[in-house]
Amino acid sequence: MQFETISSISTPVGEGAIAIVRLSGEDAIEIADRLYKGAKKLSDTDSHTINYGHIIDPKTGETVEEVMVALMRAPKTYTREDIVEINCHGGIHTVNRVLQLTLNNGARMAEPGEFTKRAFLNGRVDLSQAEAVMDFIRAKTNEASKVANQQVQGRLKTYIEELRQSILNILAQVEVNIDYPEYDDVEEATTSFLLSEAKKVSDNIDKLLKSSTEGRILREGLSTVIVGKPNVGKSSLLNYLIQDNKAIVTDVAGTTRDILEEYVNVNGIPLKLVDTAGIRETDDIVEKIGVERSREALKDAELILYVMNNNDELTPEDLELLESADDKKVIGIVNKLDLENKLNINYLEEHFKIPLIKTSIINGEGVDDLENEIQEMFFEGSLSSTDSTYVSNNRHINLLEQAKTAIEDAISSAEMDVPVDIIQIDLIKTWELLGEVIGEDVSEQLIDKLFSQFCLGK
Amino acid sequence: MTGNIKYDVIVIGAGHAGVEAGLAASRKGLKTLMLTINLDNIAFMPCNPSVGGPAKGIVVREVDALGGQMAKVIDKTHIQMRMLNTGKGPAVRALRAQADKVLYQQEMKSVLEQEPNLDILQGMVDELIIEDDVIRGVKTNVGTVYDADAVIITTGTFLRGEIILGDLKYSSGPNHQIPSLALADQLKELGFEIIRFKTGTPPRVNADSIDYSKTEIQPGDDVPRAFSFDTTEFIMDQLPCWLTYTSQETHEIITANLHLSAMYSGVVQGTGPRYCPSIEDKIVRFNDKPRHQIFLEPEGRNTKEVYVQGLSTSMPESVQRDMVTSIPGLENARMMRAGYAIEYDALVPTQLWPTLETKKIKNLYTAGQINGTSGYEEAAGQGLIAGINAANNLLGKEELILSRTDAYIGVLIDDLVTKGTNEPYRLLTSRAEHRLLLRHDNADIRLTEIGYDNGLISEERLARFNKKKANIDAELERLQKVRIKPNEHTQNIVSERGGTALKDGILAADLLRRPEMDYASIMEILNEEITLNQEEYEQVEVQIKYDGYIKKSLQQVDKMKRMEEKVIPENIDYDAVHSIATEARMKLKEVKPLNIAQASRISGVNPADISILLVYIEQGNVKRVEA
Repeated sequence: MQFETISSISTPVGEGAIAIVRLSGEDAIEIADRLYKGAKKLSDTDSHTINYGHIIDPKTGETVEEVMVALMRAPKTYTREDIVEINCHGGIHTVNRVLQLTLNNGARMAEPGEFTKRAFLNGRVDLSQAEAVMDFIRAKTNEASKVANQQVQGRLKTYIEELRQSILNILAQVEVNIDYPEYDDVEEATTSFLLSEAKKVSDNIDKLLKSSTEGRILREGLSTVIVGKPNVGKSSLLNYLIQDNKAIVTDVAGTTRDILEEYVNVNGIPLKLVDTAGIRETDDIVEKIGVERSREALKDAELILYVMNNNDELTPEDLELLESADDKKVIGIVNKLDLENKLNINYLEEHFKIPLIKTSIINGEGVDDLENEIQEMFFEGSLSSTDSTYVSNNRHINLLEQAKTAIEDAISSAEMDVPVDIIQIDLIKTWELLGEVIGEDVSEQLIDKLFSQFCLGK
Repeated sequence: MTGNIKYDVIVIGAGHAGVEAGLAASRKGLKTLMLTINLDNIAFMPCNPSVGGPAKGIVVREVDALGGQMAKVIDKTHIQMRMLNTGKGPAVRALRAQADKVLYQQEMKSVLEQEPNLDILQGMVDELIIEDDVIRGVKTNVGTVYDADAVIITTGTFLRGEIILGDLKYSSGPNHQIPSLALADQLKELGFEIIRFKTGTPPRVNADSIDYSKTEIQPGDDVPRAFSFDTTEFIMDQLPCWLTYTSQETHEIITANLHLSAMYSGVVQGTGPRYCPSIEDKIVRFNDKPRHQIFLEPEGRNTKEVYVQGLSTSMPESVQRDMVTSIPGLENARMMRAGYAIEYDALVPTQLWPTLETKKIKNLYTAGQINGTSGYEEAAGQGLIAGINAANNLLGKEELILSRTDAYIGVLIDDLVTKGTNEPYRLLTSRAEHRLLLRHDNADIRLTEIGYDNGLISEERLARFNKKKANIDAELERLQKVRIKPNEHTQNIVSERGGTALKDGILAADLLRRPEMDYASIMEILNEEITLNQEEYEQVEVQIKYDGYIKKSLQQVDKMKRMEEKVIPENIDYDAVHSIATEARMKLKEVKPLNIAQASRISGVNPADISILLVYIEQGNVKRVEA
């Protein structure tokens, strides 16, 4: 469609210290405002200004990135449409997340060469350049489709094909019911049947989306912080992890190694231990940088190892830090098990849903449990090795996210007990979006299926 | 060539496409001639005796809203009517009527006879008269020339028709009428690309020889139903259909005689429709199915002839007789007509503009089976559009192209002219991407004004329609405002309908959205008499209940409409657009899409090609090929 707001990462991937996510189109400012938190809303901000703020995930409220946002209103812009450019300084992962957020909030992934095309169509580029613009689009498209083809080979393609086939079976059954209501050889697809089938589809899409996280973790490492009060055993844990698991080197392009980071390999999962220098120097990150900064560190991390002393009582700081962290990514470590128990473990178990691992790091006890827990948490125990099932392409992730939204619409319709042909609308959409991931032309497939599977006609 | 009789429009053929085309043109004030090989076969149904059904029933209503005839005639001449898919959502509900074939023909013929601007004449057209790629008239098999400014060909399966029964194959139109050969030859000579299609029909048996005790009755609905907005008298005296099944013996007979079937002996070359397979096909392709449904459908009130639906075949007559008598209830059945397969010539429909005018010959239009479709309703829809466009063309008025989002007829024609078809094309609800918007209940709302603008809907009907629309709109607005209190009276009714009790007051419209509630319940809660008629309040119900889904569809429609506004210049030279991929260029040159939306639907044309095309058009210096 030519009229949607488009978005893409407009700096070369994996190079340079900053990366820019660029939005163009009539909803660009509105979409950016859904994600951006700064001194004031972008819609109330003057044109051609640079604004400091944060990108927040509107679903979770989580801060994703600290950014500078350039706001340029039409028509004095490259495309002659409203443009918002979000300058990110984080790694490739953060930039991708910002892009995904723009896509999940109403933008569409830009086609190759589309900003230039719009610049042209809106009269920004000289008419004499038309030939060049057309060649540019062709070249960009050929390049992109080469890459896209490489990315949907192998198991990912098979997996999506199988998933689509199972959806197609459901679709065909519903269509037969509709177009051949008297045909008695196929069971009537009921709303409750569709509900259970749609849930299966949704689970499968979840798995694919999850694989995108898993794939990224395997490539980039799981950003991990070790926190806790002084003398609870943080540096012991750090040293243990580093000694036990040789430090690793990743070869991901563009991930500039921070000197404060150490990479270790835990059961095949690369952990990127952040702020290790802080632990080494003072063994007291909380005291050194203050509770406020610790919270920030907690927010940015994907895994928090919260170390407590079995021989000590819980303090208000402990509780405050535990409360401020997201349950899903914290592992509580009760260390110094060899000493007398003073820590109120029952209270922790009742008030926090986090897994608790009991260790005596100095004696090497319980560290295996910790490593297993990490694996359980992020890969549900099984690490299916680095094969190509992982979804890594932004366009694919976006299509899967859209497919996920569509299937959830189908599920909520089914739960409200609406007629099957209405639920079918979202099922078809899910199926089409999955087709787009693997580049399949969907136009006649459903009808082909109908007549190959069922014996219809007068 | 002096003294030729001159018409504005000539329609060749008087089947379901032809009659709509002829009526539309003549009602728009043009002097019209309709030529048919046999005057007794006007609006003949050579296959099943029914009109409507899923998707097709919606087309019948669309034809009615645009001022066509099919709905009115079937309303007067059916023997049974049923609403299908009542257990499903509103988008897929559809009416189907069993027709009295003979009465249908008589009624249609009488309508044609009364049309002042329309002449109907028995005669076969052998030649189109063309000068400089513009149609000028026709010449019949007896040598008479009729001049015309526009010609509409609606020849159905007559073009080089060949009937096939076992290893017997002979030149024939449907139901053993005279086929049209010279015209078929000429179309080929003119350079039209022709495809060979095949279809078939089952045997008919005498009703008195059927043992109905071995079958299941299939009655019509006992509530009054009609297709047309104008119908006020309803036929309540209905005839049932009957259901039986093939037996093991039937399957054995077919398997044993498969080598005699035209379909498997290699006699048939044309492509048959997958949705209308012969019984031989069904048994070969689905050999694990122990039995197939057979519907026994009376062909009318004054005949004993019964159509054996499900037994379409091209077996030799003697084998057909054995097949028929192997079916429970038909053991003693006396066959009255044997089934047959028929092959015929059709035009590759991408050779047409969306107006149904041929790209090759100006002012020449085609509609119905000649365009590769199948079905009476699909034919009627095309006939109507071709008739309107031929007339608009001569009258210097704007052409009528229905969008995919306006009507099933729009979907049908767009599919044909944009994608073509490799089998006889039948409408299915799944062909419409926005079927929730293309409902049978809102066909009048979608299209009446278009029918009026094109001169086929009277002032009187428009006024009645506007009143209906106003009633619906007023009630919709009211229900969005009225609050319902959660008092005892309300809670009782809600719980009677199986709903959970209200916690707070609620807008009437929001309560109606609950799956268990209907309009009548809301009115009962409000202690009000229903003053709207059923059609009106059903419309209110649908629009409120499915509001969210309808809005979602409308947003997508809006995007598509914006793409439709991007017009591609006429005679654009695609060879001058270098960056377009080769496959896309070939397709674009063939289809000649009118706008970017249509171009984007052509298979093989991808988004990059569309972008490049947009840039090319925008730079203004569009190279053109010579027209």
